[in-house]
Amino acid sequence: MIRKSIQSRRARETRLKIYGITSICFALIMLATLLISIGLNGYSALQQAYFKLDISVNTEKFVDDSGAPDNNKMNLFNWDGLVQSALREFFPEVKDRDEKKELFAIISANAGYDLKEIIKKKALGSGSHTLSVWLHLSDDADQYLKGRLSIDIPEEDRRINNKQIAWVNSLVERDIAKLKFNKTFFTSADSREPESAGILGSVIGSALTLFVTIMFALPLAVMAAIYLEYFAKPGKITDFIEVNVNNLAAVPSIVFGLLGLSVFLSTFGLPRSAPLVGGLVLGLMTLPTIIIASRASIRSIPPSIREAALGLGASKMQAALHHVLPLATPGILTGTIIGMAQALGETAPLLMIGMVAFIIDIPTTFTSSATAMPVQIYMWSDSAERAFYERSSLAILFLVAFLISMNLLAVVLRKKFEKKW
Amino acid sequence: MTLPLSFVFFVLLGLSVYFYYHAKSGIVRKAALLSDRTKALPSHYGQQSFLWAFIPSFLILLVLTIGGPNYIDQIFYNKIQELNPTFNESFVSLILAKVINVSNGKISTGEENIIMLAKDYKIAFEQLHFYRGLVVILCAALLGMIISYRQKPGSNAREQVEKFIVNIFFASAVIAIFTTVAIILSLFFEALRFFNLYNFFDFIFGLHWAPNVAIRTDQVAAEGSFGMIPVLLGTLLISFIAMCVAIPIGLFSAIYLAEFATPKIRDFVKPTLEILAGIPTVVYGYFAALTAAPFFREIGFSLGLDVSSESAIAAGAVMGIMIIPFISSLSDDVIRAVPQSLRDGSMGLGATKAETIYLVILPAAIPGLVGAVLLAVSRAIGETMIVVMAAGLSANLTVNPLESVTTVTVQIVSLLTGDTEFDDIKTLSAFGLGLALFFFTLLLNIFALSISRRLAERYD
Repeated sequence: MIRKSIQSRRARETRLKIYGITSICFALIMLATLLISIGLNGYSALQQAYFKLDISVNTEKFVDDSGAPDNNKMNLFNWDGLVQSALREFFPEVKDRDEKKELFAIISANAGYDLKEIIKKKALGSGSHTLSVWLHLSDDADQYLKGRLSIDIPEEDRRINNKQIAWVNSLVERDIAKLKFNKTFFTSADSREPESAGILGSVIGSALTLFVTIMFALPLAVMAAIYLEYFAKPGKITDFIEVNVNNLAAVPSIVFGLLGLSVFLSTFGLPRSAPLVGGLVLGLMTLPTIIIASRASIRSIPPSIREAALGLGASKMQAALHHVLPLATPGILTGTIIGMAQALGETAPLLMIGMVAFIIDIPTTFTSSATAMPVQIYMWSDSAERAFYERSSLAILFLVAFLISMNLLAVVLRKKFEKKW
Repeated sequence: MTLPLSFVFFVLLGLSVYFYYHAKSGIVRKAALLSDRTKALPSHYGQQSFLWAFIPSFLILLVLTIGGPNYIDQIFYNKIQELNPTFNESFVSLILAKVINVSNGKISTGEENIIMLAKDYKIAFEQLHFYRGLVVILCAALLGMIISYRQKPGSNAREQVEKFIVNIFFASAVIAIFTTVAIILSLFFEALRFFNLYNFFDFIFGLHWAPNVAIRTDQVAAEGSFGMIPVLLGTLLISFIAMCVAIPIGLFSAIYLAEFATPKIRDFVKPTLEILAGIPTVVYGYFAALTAAPFFREIGFSLGLDVSSESAIAAGAVMGIMIIPFISSLSDDVIRAVPQSLRDGSMGLGATKAETIYLVILPAAIPGLVGAVLLAVSRAIGETMIVVMAAGLSANLTVNPLESVTTVTVQIVSLLTGDTEFDDIKTLSAFGLGLALFFFTLLLNIFALSISRRLAERYD
């Protein structure tokens, strides 16, 4: 009987262990599924379908009377026509109006604009030039070439019809169209056309926002932490501050967005969609995280160090700033990195203050309209075009890789500077 | 003459640094003249001068930079209204916006009046920038000179500087209080304006949520109705599903990690789970909308069930995955905080490890575990991006996890991301929801924190 009961008691233990291992495995498998599914979706956005055009232009057309290049004339020139007529040379059989329209749909709607920019950048001398340029195919042709558009479904349900497929295939056979590294993704800002959309605008927006966040939150948090650890007299005010700090750390991030909307935008009248406002809101949000981490770090410095300083005649302020703070710096930095990683991944408060706008320009100042990386991901995954999904996934991969390396840096810093007193 | 912000700031900084060195060397000279010693280190006198020169002028700069443009806008608003007394408010704002854009050179116009106003506007701004720079620099110079003149070797500069710095430190700590107060006040006042337009009890107890207000006043359309029960129910449903995933998995992981795992496994699993916690919520939202939702739909289809493409279960399950590391790391800390003596006592009486866990450790840790779960619930209720991307917009009064429901945060986002006016009832209703959300999570947090603190005190 005793043996039986021991057996069942042991079985219970084994079961508990199995529950634990299953749970951990489930969590790890989910992590792997998440990353792998996004990776599989996103890797193909590293490539983009381009086609090569041989184009002859006469730069005399774009100079003013004195011979200097004239942007106005350049903008007025019919670049789309130039691209289209060059494309038609490959398919002389296309005559019909509707057919022509279908043919032009396989190249990017921005092809003319891109050509203009390329030629502007080349700064050609005067005279006529023949050059071969690589321009984007349309997102549908691009998705077809990557095998992302299934051609088994009926033609009328497809975004690309049989004729267009034949044209794309013939371009590929003639070695005119091919998949190349997608440089545009890393060098341009958002666009209505997936093939011209890139993450640079949102990366710079995020960088500007985080700069404001760290400049705002770090000094305030460190000063608050020093105050709470060394100068605060125990009492109601101190207790109240502590309760507030702990609570703010658990307030939903969207509430900070509402705060930013009603205080920074409508009361102070700061500009909408600006990294300045985004940075302040995220700063308020990460402030408690950094305060808590800084306090923990300051508290881990043995009191003997401070007491030795005080004993040698240093004032309380000198003991705190000259002796404790330098030793607590690694811990504070670790907390700051974790707070910044949190701020970098945050989306909801930024939606509230209008950083969700469609912005084609790369932001240059703290008050210019901008968007941030997670918001860009959100906007792209909300779009109808299939090609935006893969761009969204690729952007996620970059964001997650960056965040993981930030967190790893924090772990390494903690390990390196960890001291046993 | 234009004085841009960065120029003024750097001149201010430069002046302050100058006064630092000026005072530092000045006090030594003064002491030498009196053949006396300075009471504090010379650098303390320098710091005192720096603070005097920098802080007040910097505050003036801040106020003028934030308040100045608003003041000018107000002047021009009044001017436009005086010129055209018949225009209504929104039209005047429109003209003002046009004037501002013309003066920035963002748009061009042929209207004479606007060009004139834009010119005036530009001049006003230039004047503002000029006087801002002048006032700030003069103030810094004046205060710096006064303090350098007044400093005597006998005065204790260190004490004064330190007192001042402590006050600055205190002010930064008080920002936490200010933030909370600002959140409450801003949500409260906007919500109050909403309750002026809409009955409070209809909001709290209403069973119908459809914030579609007529766009034009003459349009025949249903009045918007703002009963938050269906929205709240949707929030609770999704949070409940998330908890069904997160609590068992998080707890069992924590128990295994704290009681059974070898240090090697712990060192691998803990950071890996932390990666799960570090992934941005927008990524989970993407995963929920594009992978999990079709997956559940497929499964439902094969079982003959009709699963909505924005089902509560997809959003809830993914949210649960997001919360697993949150619960597991908090519970892990709580379980490890249970004193070793309890474990040893139980084992010494012949209990197995499982019995020790079930009968001794978990009962001892229960307050902390409840606290962790409550914090997780508050997190689930306030979570935004997953539900914005994967849950629905229409407020169905249902507890069926296969249907589409909406949540408080989804409604706030959808009401505030459109181009609506700030005093529109839809915009204001979002603040009503925000207030409800804030208080709900606040109560949960306070409760959770007080429970956990009680546990910590018990075993200290």
